[in-house]
Amino acid sequence: MSGLRRRATKLSQRRPDVAAVTRRRACGCILSALCCATALQAQASALIADAVELIEVARGLHVFRGAHEEATPENLGAIANIAAIIGEEAVAVVDTGGTFAWGSRFRAAIRLLTTLPIRYVINSHVHPDHVLGNAAFDADAPEIVGHAKLLDALAARGGYYLQQVTELLSDAAAGTRIVTPTMLISGRQEIDLGGRILRLQAHPTAHTDNDLSVFDLATNTLLTSDLLFMDRIPVIDGSLNGWLAVLNDLRQLPADLVVPGHGPASAPWPAALDAEERYLRTIQSDIRALIAAGVTMEQAVESAGQAERNSWLLFDSFHSRNIVTAFAELEWE
Amino acid sequence: MITRRRFCQVGSLLPLAGSAFAARAQDAKDPALDLKEALFGDRPISENDGIILLEAPKRAHDAAIVPITVQAQIPQSPDRFIRTVHLVIDRNPAPVAAVFHFSVESGTATISTRVRVDTYTSVRAIAELNDGSLHMAVQFVKAAGGCSAPALKDKEKAFATLGKMMLKQPERIILNQRNKVQLLVSHPNFSGLQFDQISRNYIPAHFIRDVTVRYGGRTIMTVEGNISLSEDPSFHFSYVPTAEAEMSVEVVDSDGLKFSQAWLVSPSPSL
Repeated sequence: MSGLRRRATKLSQRRPDVAAVTRRRACGCILSALCCATALQAQASALIADAVELIEVARGLHVFRGAHEEATPENLGAIANIAAIIGEEAVAVVDTGGTFAWGSRFRAAIRLLTTLPIRYVINSHVHPDHVLGNAAFDADAPEIVGHAKLLDALAARGGYYLQQVTELLSDAAAGTRIVTPTMLISGRQEIDLGGRILRLQAHPTAHTDNDLSVFDLATNTLLTSDLLFMDRIPVIDGSLNGWLAVLNDLRQLPADLVVPGHGPASAPWPAALDAEERYLRTIQSDIRALIAAGVTMEQAVESAGQAERNSWLLFDSFHSRNIVTAFAELEWE
Repeated sequence: MITRRRFCQVGSLLPLAGSAFAARAQDAKDPALDLKEALFGDRPISENDGIILLEAPKRAHDAAIVPITVQAQIPQSPDRFIRTVHLVIDRNPAPVAAVFHFSVESGTATISTRVRVDTYTSVRAIAELNDGSLHMAVQFVKAAGGCSAPALKDKEKAFATLGKMMLKQPERIILNQRNKVQLLVSHPNFSGLQFDQISRNYIPAHFIRDVTVRYGGRTIMTVEGNISLSEDPSFHFSYVPTAEAEMSVEVVDSDGLKFSQAWLVSPSPSL
């Protein structure tokens, strides 16, 4: 504890000059990326002026809480929860946000907290709101860590995601590009930030086929990323059955706290899993019953899982698609 | 056979990958007119005249899996039946999504499948009767990105089960009546428009080209497929069983790979 306090003091003593230096660097960086976007420049400067709000949910574990929105030029694709974990020697970042611009702001905010090297950029899975800020960390030359199947997934989808983010966000997507992983995880592997071990677990197909969770042993905090959606409707892009199986595995972990991929910055474990599991089980049993009754996919979309309608934000944006995906999976049973 | 030759011509007029976008841009005015001529020449096509209906979502839930049903409004009787149904998605890179050939033994030419839709477009079904007359139904579908969307959710699994089929039959198959079944074929049906970011190449098109369904040795239905069919192609179709017999399905894909599977069907008399 005393070591902790000492470090905290040291940090706060250092903070003023660090902040000044990094703020200047961050501004230059983002503005040069947006230099062609004169119309957006004023807006971008205003955005940079607001520091990225990081919430310290556990000692040295800082979370930015994403908005429950779809990616827009205004939110810079910052719709997912992303985190920085600070050890005694190094920093690990868990996901980087949906654009280069947002990744840069996130990095600037981390630099206000510590000057320790950002040694690891962990990508929890292939989705654009989690990995498209990677390029903002180029200067740190970090290991980019991902599930063994992340490389394939980026190969198949990266171009499409870049095209989408450019279409949706236009100039706000400037500088955004695919940065591929340098360290691939299968099964379980630990990384050490200096007195702080992170246990990385590559999961079988669930939310996607490349989900990686992070367990911070120092604070008993589990970062599930999108294996756990809270408040915002879960999106099935892997396997409904597989996801339920992985939730069952995760439930066994002795965590105190979870940082979900979407939802509050942190929540109590394992009760935080309940709503998502209920949603997934509901659509699983509804669709199975409909398939058994010979109902078609298009009819299933109208009725399956409607009991969940009022429990989730963005239900109308993603629920029907979930039913289509789950139906195509379950009809092979 | 004429239909098949014309279909092939359209295939070569509208290559699958690479120049597909160019072809689409060229056709931006009204692709339907060029297509109509390429497929059917100057033959008259009547619309909404009680032969077929087209069911499609007005807005797709997932542009890579858009369920489409062509409802036949006439039964397959020996003197008047639907011989062929063209399913056309006007603004897709390869607009002819599938051509279905039916027989009298189909009982009905009603068919459901799932397609990729690349942009806001009319989807049309054109039925050709045994007398050569053409009948069309059209619906507009709002969807985007279905052909270039990365579809595989689990690549490893998709290749482990390549060519595997499933025939979903009702619990009781009724003798001498129409029975509706679903055929599922496990296949990634790569469109050739899905880009590999790391190799900087398009993933080559690899899709189901021909499906032949036989019952008791007689052909019930054949399908000429294309890249616009969704991953893991699905077909709901009907047939009229007249005795206990084998239903067999043979699939040939664009790489020349052949897959086949058979199921014994034991129909029982209606109650």
